Amino acid sequence: MSKKQTSGADALIQSLHKEGVELVFGYPGGAVLHIYDALFNQSEVEHILVRHEQGAVHAADGYARSTGRPGVALVTSGPGATNAITGLATAYMDSTPLVVISGQVKSELIGTDSFQETDMIGVSRPIVKHSFLVQKAEDIPEIVKKAFHIATTGRPGPVVIDIPKDLTDSNHTFEFNYPNEINMRSYKPAKTGDPKQIEQAIDLILEAKKPVIYSGGGVIQDNASAELTELAKLLKFPITNTLMGLGAFPGSDPQFLGMLGMHGTYEANMVMHNADLIIAVGARFDDRITNDPKQFALKAKKIHIDVDPASLSKIINVDVPVVGSAKECLSALITELNKQKIDTNKVEPWLKQISEWRNEHGLNHSMLDIVPDNGKILPQQVIQSLYKETEGKAFITSDVGQHQMFAAQYYFFDKPRQWINSGGLGTMGFGLPSAMGVQFAFPEDTVACVTGEGSIQMCIQELSTCFQYGLPIKIINLNNAALGMVKQWQDMQYGGRHSASTYENSLPNFCALSESYGHVGIKVTKLDELESAMKECISLKDKLVFLDVDVDPDEHVYPMLEAGNAMDFMHLSKDKKTW
Amino acid sequence: MKRVIALLMENQPGALSRVVGLFSQRGYNIETLIVAPTSDPTLSRLTMTTNGDEKVVQQITKQLDKLIDVVTVSDLGESDFVERELMLVKFNKNSIASDEIEKFEGKVVFEDNEIINLQFVGEPDKLDKLVETLNTKEPLEIVRSGSSGISSNSKTLTI
Repeated sequence: MSKKQTSGADALIQSLHKEGVELVFGYPGGAVLHIYDALFNQSEVEHILVRHEQGAVHAADGYARSTGRPGVALVTSGPGATNAITGLATAYMDSTPLVVISGQVKSELIGTDSFQETDMIGVSRPIVKHSFLVQKAEDIPEIVKKAFHIATTGRPGPVVIDIPKDLTDSNHTFEFNYPNEINMRSYKPAKTGDPKQIEQAIDLILEAKKPVIYSGGGVIQDNASAELTELAKLLKFPITNTLMGLGAFPGSDPQFLGMLGMHGTYEANMVMHNADLIIAVGARFDDRITNDPKQFALKAKKIHIDVDPASLSKIINVDVPVVGSAKECLSALITELNKQKIDTNKVEPWLKQISEWRNEHGLNHSMLDIVPDNGKILPQQVIQSLYKETEGKAFITSDVGQHQMFAAQYYFFDKPRQWINSGGLGTMGFGLPSAMGVQFAFPEDTVACVTGEGSIQMCIQELSTCFQYGLPIKIINLNNAALGMVKQWQDMQYGGRHSASTYENSLPNFCALSESYGHVGIKVTKLDELESAMKECISLKDKLVFLDVDVDPDEHVYPMLEAGNAMDFMHLSKDKKTW
Repeated sequence: MKRVIALLMENQPGALSRVVGLFSQRGYNIETLIVAPTSDPTLSRLTMTTNGDEKVVQQITKQLDKLIDVVTVSDLGESDFVERELMLVKFNKNSIASDEIEKFEGKVVFEDNEIINLQFVGEPDKLDKLVETLNTKEPLEIVRSGSSGISSNSKTLTI
């Protein structure tokens, strides 16, 4: 008996099903109508209709970051494809595994400037891990297999599959065969670290008196948090996380120094600057960490573990580069270290120094006890109230700006994949759609989107999607009626000239706006209302709540590194700095 | 410092644009570039010359290797290698004498009553010098192929 014949569209959906895909975030249009018809005829792959393609890709991204499984988005050609670009760039910068399927005009029309034609492969080239332009319908299963393989292995990233409309047409059918395995001669990511490099790393670790572990998003991507925590505990080394790495080591553990870098804690940045050994794991020494790379951690030997060889010695030269997956390399280190005698007393003076730094200028984690003289609510207080009310267990997504930094500083993330933000690209508008992806993956959990009145308006149309699918996201809007981070820089570096960073009373009534979308809006203007409002917001389990909190518009994010210097050059408040 | 990088990549549409795009995206220079299919029709060999210090060239080769379509990359300068370039030059027939052609080791590849086309093959530096000389004789057009290279030991760029 011959196998059932399928169209390219059916083959695509079946291939997604074979990859274990349950959800596709998308938006229909001419070039993908055959695919949407194929979706209609089955129930294995559920389609979520967003309100803008950027939202589809961010939602798939949030799904991927929270679950560790690849996210999938489906968009049409032309504007559908270009609307997906910001989402792709966001995922690329943070190495999220995504497969984005874009429709393309019919093969015969490619290159003729036909209606809704865009060279998606060309436009997306610098911001994807790889891309495929399908040329034969029969190739679809193999290309899907390759796309998922590439997206999820090595250093993960987004992969685009661009499919001309004629290749999904049901007038052409073929026998569907999904490959079990794929072998790509040109793509073989490293897994285990070179034993010689591991050995050298061990030598440096055993010698160190002022060590620090600096870990990033790579640890979370590789599900290596348990190994990272074990290593840190075994050695008693202090540990700091990048913005992307928060949650890889329990944020409430005393061994944790907080985030490092641009808005990192005083103690984390001082530790990096004064360390004699930096163990970097799944982090990439980017400019928000190092400040001036020429003055970066000059006293420290450096071990760098990363799955991407191109990340090693790209910005900072390292003494021991280890290419391999974070999980495998950390396990190898632990195995080797367990054979050695480890003298944790050696780091005691260093730990004492660190606790002095922390006592001197560490973040205040009892902000709720402060009653500001001006009667205004401090943004940090909102984050601490959220932390308290969710018992530190919520998934937190964020947008980009001051609110993002306050969330990163004041919410202790104890688990990996709990903190979801656009760290690399810094995409305003990421928070709400990514929260949708998280909420779909974890319908029973509290998902809060910490945002500002600037960022939320960049993808606010997704409030409609949230209503359609009953997503009870908690939107925590730190409303300072200004583009806070822009304004902060203008205050600090442009003589307080607030060029285009305020809205001049043009903001909508966010509560009324949310209510018109079918949600609940709660407005908070006074500090003594904050905690009860937060309680109400979190307790409304079945409703999306837009908690619009007026916060002090003059508050800045500190610490803040002084550009062009080493990591110990920090602004600690409006009138205090370290130099 | 000038470096010659050779790589094998999948002979697929779009592969070349990924390589070239990488250079502009990351701010590296391409001085010359040659691409041609190999005897294995699924593979193309690409040879490029670029400028940069050790660190830059290392980044370039790593970033190239990261491209999914690139199968293998070699910085030819890591061992001895031979570099050659082809140059075609067009003259008015009366601009250059046959003894000069012989002196410059040129080969006549086309000739009629008005025009003469010459072919030169050599190391790029030598061709640079030759171009200076030939320019005094008012050539109509000079075309250079860009460098091709092959290592001078038993190592080969294969998969």
